[in-house]
Amino acid sequence: MTAATESTVNGAIGQSPKRVEDDRFIRGMGNYVDDVQLPGMLHMAIYRSPFAHATINSIDTSRALAMPGVVACITGQDLVAHGLAWMPTLAGDTQAVLATDKVRFQGQEVVCVIAKTSYQAEDALEGIDVDYDPLPVIVDPKRALDADAPIIRSDLEGKTDNHIFTWESGDAEATDRVFAEADIVIKLDTLYPRIHPAPMETCGAVADYNKATGKMTIHLTSQAPHAHRTLFAMVAGLPEQKLRIISPDVGGGFGNKVPIYPGYVVATAASLLIGKPVKWVESRTENLMSTGFARDYHMEGELAATKDGKMLGLRANVLADHGAFNAQAQPSKWPAGFFNIATGSYDLQAAHCKVDGVYTNKAPGGIAYRCSFRVTEAAYLIERLVDNLAHETGIDAAELRKQNFIQPEQFPYKSPMGWEYDSGDYEKAMNIALELVGYEELRKEQAEKRAKGEVMGIGFSSFTEIVGAGMSKICDIAGLAMIDSAELRIHPTGKGVLKLGVQSQGQGHETTFAQIVANELGIPYTDIAVEHGDTDHTPYGLGTYASRSTPTGGAATAIVARKLREKARQIAAHLLECAPDDLEFDSGTFTVKGSPEKSKTIQECVFGAYQSDLPDDMEKGFEDVTYYDAPEMTYPFGTYICVVDIDKGTGQVKVRKFVAVDDCGTRINPMIVDGQIHGGLTQGFGTAMMELISFDEDGNCFGGNFMDYLIPTAVESPDWTLGECTTPSPHHPFGAKGVGESPTVGSPQAFVNAVVDALHPYGITNIDMPLSSHKVWKVLRDAGVTDE
Amino acid sequence: MLPSTFEYVAPTSLDEALQALVAGAGDAKIMSGGQSLLPMMKLRLASPGTIIDLNGIAGLDTLEEVDGMLHIGALVRHGEIERSELIRDRYPMMRDASLHLADPLIRNRGTFCGSLAHGDPAGDWATVAATLGAEIHAVGPDGAVVHSAIDFQTSMFETQLGSDQILVEVRIPAPKPGQGSAYLKIERKVGDYAAAAVGVMIVVDGGTITEASIGLTNVGPLTIHAADAAASLVGKSIDDAAAFEEAGRLAMEISEPSSDLRGPEEYKRDLVRVLTKRALRTAGARAQGKEA
Repeated sequence: MTAATESTVNGAIGQSPKRVEDDRFIRGMGNYVDDVQLPGMLHMAIYRSPFAHATINSIDTSRALAMPGVVACITGQDLVAHGLAWMPTLAGDTQAVLATDKVRFQGQEVVCVIAKTSYQAEDALEGIDVDYDPLPVIVDPKRALDADAPIIRSDLEGKTDNHIFTWESGDAEATDRVFAEADIVIKLDTLYPRIHPAPMETCGAVADYNKATGKMTIHLTSQAPHAHRTLFAMVAGLPEQKLRIISPDVGGGFGNKVPIYPGYVVATAASLLIGKPVKWVESRTENLMSTGFARDYHMEGELAATKDGKMLGLRANVLADHGAFNAQAQPSKWPAGFFNIATGSYDLQAAHCKVDGVYTNKAPGGIAYRCSFRVTEAAYLIERLVDNLAHETGIDAAELRKQNFIQPEQFPYKSPMGWEYDSGDYEKAMNIALELVGYEELRKEQAEKRAKGEVMGIGFSSFTEIVGAGMSKICDIAGLAMIDSAELRIHPTGKGVLKLGVQSQGQGHETTFAQIVANELGIPYTDIAVEHGDTDHTPYGLGTYASRSTPTGGAATAIVARKLREKARQIAAHLLECAPDDLEFDSGTFTVKGSPEKSKTIQECVFGAYQSDLPDDMEKGFEDVTYYDAPEMTYPFGTYICVVDIDKGTGQVKVRKFVAVDDCGTRINPMIVDGQIHGGLTQGFGTAMMELISFDEDGNCFGGNFMDYLIPTAVESPDWTLGECTTPSPHHPFGAKGVGESPTVGSPQAFVNAVVDALHPYGITNIDMPLSSHKVWKVLRDAGVTDE
Repeated sequence: MLPSTFEYVAPTSLDEALQALVAGAGDAKIMSGGQSLLPMMKLRLASPGTIIDLNGIAGLDTLEEVDGMLHIGALVRHGEIERSELIRDRYPMMRDASLHLADPLIRNRGTFCGSLAHGDPAGDWATVAATLGAEIHAVGPDGAVVHSAIDFQTSMFETQLGSDQILVEVRIPAPKPGQGSAYLKIERKVGDYAAAAVGVMIVVDGGTITEASIGLTNVGPLTIHAADAAASLVGKSIDDAAAFEEAGRLAMEISEPSSDLRGPEEYKRDLVRVLTKRALRTAGARAQGKEA
């Protein structure tokens, strides 16, 4: 990496200007998919299955068709004629667009109604009559593998069970040897439950087919508009040059807007067939019940160690519940994502993991919710095991971690399951966190409280992330290398536009990416307009998820700006009649070394690029494009510490303090980084304390609205105390690593570790999330603890 | 999340509203804040043919003490109760409940009276009104009608309010000297129904409890009036910890919660015991002028 120069230009890296996009959001002038209104636009609503598993005998849409305003009813059989009844998933499975043979989860799409108004479409759902024969239901993934379990995917030829894949990583034999020699083996059987990203804006599309030009424009809630364009072209056979995806303002994605959903496909097919724009925007219930859920990992972990706390090896066996279709969104070669980052921040001798995916009668997924492909589950497992090892050995949880951290001089560090960590200084981040939380005092207080019968706990998480996918040699989606891009054009007056392959769902790209240009070219960030999300007007890229925008698109932006800086240098040398090497560049001005009075600003150089007086071998204009293929992943890390007090009467857990020290390398806009961390910590808090999509034995979903699917608000969220540590990435152009997902990856286990630490004196070694008051209450009462 | 078709009527007088209600012939619903009704309509759990909006009728926003009774008009929002100094100083149980009722956004629109008329079996105000001995004043085609809060609710989403009656005001007896009250609610997050909640009112004279009333929320089909628990306190010292313990036990015994996502029934029962004790301590401190 080239160290970022300390630029004084307005908005350069390290400054915290306010987000330029907030002006329109705060005024209610954002433009979301549901804001799109087109002449003659029709509306679509989806009739969904009330059963989790049932044969479809017949579908009768005649009553609905007779209702006011109804234009068409589309069934799975109608799509068969166009080859669209089934679609491929990003994971290489197939998924029903509209059910033809049977329904496989409650809420599955069966019939689409197209009507003149959204109310008429909704009314007509009551006129759809489907005759079902209910089938036995599989809810428990462990039961899914029983010999007598009903076969959910009877559509797959020759399928005789509900098993999807087995994926292994690491060295099983070496791991066995390490375990055989270990003094202590800590075992943990835990469920990372099924949760949902629940973005504020639900998913939707407006498909607009122009019969005259043959052009299909789709306004789509998409985190990856370019990849979606290619997939639409491949699946629906639409010519890619006549396909335009516009992902306008998007109200949160968190991975939920990476997959392609049946509603998108049917709205597009309907517009193509009817020749009018068709809008589909799902309700909150539809979003929670049918779109990409996350996690649902049943994990058995084992950690081998010596009696004095030297960690030796890790073993993990995972049962992954993917629901009715394997619709997870991971790089194609990674069926369990990067779960093999599970050795985390620790220098282990050997490790092995095995993941089995299974089908159940639940909504399909699972997507990487604010998570770089299963790193959330991996970080949870290792950090829970380490805290339990601390309890088992009696070694302080902070001390134990320090003893086992990968040391700064070991980077680049090759992990036992094959990753090469770029950089890290784990103890430094840990020490900052210990200082911020006042660790020694807290442990004293805890001892005093325990003596009085009060219940208090302190939990740690010293996580390592793997983000920025990245690395076309190992990462692709449906064959598309996971590159990203930036196109920069500066107009004659020195103000310009940056076009990105990545897309923003609230991350603040219109500010931070302009800041990268400000830093590299010395043009104030307010002079750079950032465009993204429209495939007709931006260069190709794989999109925004997995904390990859800054590692990939950010790198591309810095590189394209540097290319143009070199062009500006040539122009400045020409204008100042000196050699390019004689020029120094600082904060937007080229100065002749030793002659400070001889200088040209970047704006003068840009204007020069559009004038007649240019070097003979130089093209006019001031623009360039870069496609960036990351050489390595980046590895953000941090230490989080959570302090809880527990009410013995009610089991309520109160988070008294939460300290988060993140190292995401160079921070472009520290205020936006803090905002990202606040948001992610709050989502991690929700995951740990309250979020859950559960089902009864018939596959009825509990969690289809915000009365049942609980997400935290400002009222219950704790205060967050943030600390900072900076270890720049050695291979990223300006040392950034990506931060969006660190807090959701890093925080849930800190809450759980704190509660387990509090309850450890009562013999508790595990409580699965969410940490409901009644679960804590039961632990206390079972241990004979009364309310006084 | 789109409601069925309905007529919207915005009367400017109670007479007009009553006429519309009669014209609606059982298919009309009165709306004050709409915070329960509209979500039910959007989920199509309710599809009334006519909505009669009370918000244009003058004189329904009273929140004041008159002749020994607190008057709460049909358009008084939860948030006004939350922010009222009169409520804070003299009706602490209401203040407690207002802080845990729904969420701050809903509290700015939803109404106290609407909540009672809605007849939600898990409503916090139903417990508060019953425990404080409220009167529920309605008007119908034949004039004014008064119901007692304690048996106002008859079943889930059903009350004694006739389909041709409009709830216009609730009246609550002003506190007696030495009265203290409290409402404690355990919820999973803001806006949730109670896992369990307890409202208590006691009157203390010379260190002795002379009157007591206890109500339990969402631990039975409807609000539970824990009469035995309350009666067990009368004549006891305000410092009698064993008496509070016993009241908690009696309240727990009369509760009949069911298991759900908020927890198993044994948890909710134990919450009733713990919350009753704690609410009694708070109410006792308040009765003696010591805010707990």
